Amino acid sequence: MIVVNNLHKSFGKLEVLKGIDCHIHQKEVVCVIGPSGSGKSTFLRCINRLEEAQQGKIFIDGEEVTAPNADINRIRQEMGMVFQLFNLFPHKTTLENVTLAPIKIKKMSKEKADDIAIGLLRKVGLGDKDHVFPSQLSGGQKQRVAIARALAMQPKVMLFDEPTSSLDPEMVGEVLEVMKDLAHEGMTMIVVTHEMGFAREVGHRVFFMDEGILMEEGTPAQIFDNPQNPRTQSFLSKVL
Amino acid sequence: MNLGFTNTEWIFGTTIIDRLHEIYGFQVVVNNLPNFGMGAWLTLEITVFSIAIGMVLGLIAALGRMSKIKVIKSIAVAYIDFFRGTPLFVQILLLYFGIIPLIFDASPIQSAIIACGLNSGAYVAEIIRAGIQAVDKGQMEAARSLGMTHGQAMIHIIFPQAFKIVIPPLINEFIMLLKDTSLVSAISVGELTHTGKMLYASTYQAVWVWGAVCVFYFIMTKALSILGDWTERRLATE
Repeated sequence: MIVVNNLHKSFGKLEVLKGIDCHIHQKEVVCVIGPSGSGKSTFLRCINRLEEAQQGKIFIDGEEVTAPNADINRIRQEMGMVFQLFNLFPHKTTLENVTLAPIKIKKMSKEKADDIAIGLLRKVGLGDKDHVFPSQLSGGQKQRVAIARALAMQPKVMLFDEPTSSLDPEMVGEVLEVMKDLAHEGMTMIVVTHEMGFAREVGHRVFFMDEGILMEEGTPAQIFDNPQNPRTQSFLSKVL
Repeated sequence: MNLGFTNTEWIFGTTIIDRLHEIYGFQVVVNNLPNFGMGAWLTLEITVFSIAIGMVLGLIAALGRMSKIKVIKSIAVAYIDFFRGTPLFVQILLLYFGIIPLIFDASPIQSAIIACGLNSGAYVAEIIRAGIQAVDKGQMEAARSLGMTHGQAMIHIIFPQAFKIVIPPLINEFIMLLKDTSLVSAISVGELTHTGKMLYASTYQAVWVWGAVCVFYFIMTKALSILGDWTERRLATE
């Protein structure tokens, strides 16, 4: 479903991605792990072109995302993204956060968008918080609203950029729970994460990245129990 | 200053208001309240129209300054640099006596509004730019990741948040603009300061006349700051 060919990305002289190749299938949950600065987040952000790659191609369902004439706004509607720092719209209520894109982009009626949004807020366990502003929510609640906001566009793929990294430890579980449900429903997901437990339990495949290179990939069992690459071994020995 | 009574009279005489009526300067102010009122009204008119021009120009110049197109950016920078870098007083004189007559036949009031509006636009541009850039970068990314165009993200996400940020500096700018309209008295626009000048010239009651002018300016600027506080409260989300 998602094909990445020889992806290169530099910030100035710093080469962050040094030729990434991968193939992600429909309904697959891929967890990307690796040390800080390894290019995990940049890789994810290149997929919906929040970062422009200098070289290489990305295809989604056969459509080239990286083409200069690609309709990136339409393509992004099919890719939900969840950020480390939530990035909820602070001047809008949780309900408005979720309904804004369907109303403004898909020209959905407010009634229909509200219906869908309330359903999604219930799904992430925040059905009673629809008229609250983000500033009144905890970190875990904010991230769950952010997931509902991304889902409101009915995306084919969900991209998670370290969704639990800025949460207090006791709030990590509630967010991972929502993501787990999503995975069980068959959502295609790419998750950049430091939650090894989640990667092992929910991920179908795990990518280990280091220094801008996709060092090793395999099933959670292969990566966590029997890593082949010395870099992977060394990283896992530090975090597990 | 001889107020025309002794201390004993002050204590044992008539009320303070009665006494005030015997003071010439006070009478000058009271008798000329309609003139002060008209002057203040004209000050307010010039300010309101200048703000309107300044806001439109400021928004255009702010977007121009952030534009990636070099020509547009240079024009915006040149405009901001000139009107921020030279005195408003000189700009008023240059526009009224020099530039505007070449273009059309403008009244002093029209010239005053154009000069103040152009000047204010330069400051407003920088205020708006600061406001837009103060909105967290993640907001634009979140909006774009949902599939919004750059324009949609600006309108629905960035501008509303920037607006909240710029209210205090904008009100500050409007207050300064209101006070700076006093400079247009130099081209015989009969606004509040001009009213003061005329009245002072015919009565020499400096403290009373200029004191009254201050009170009128203060009432107007205070009203502006109350308006700002009210707007901020209305937009609060906590």
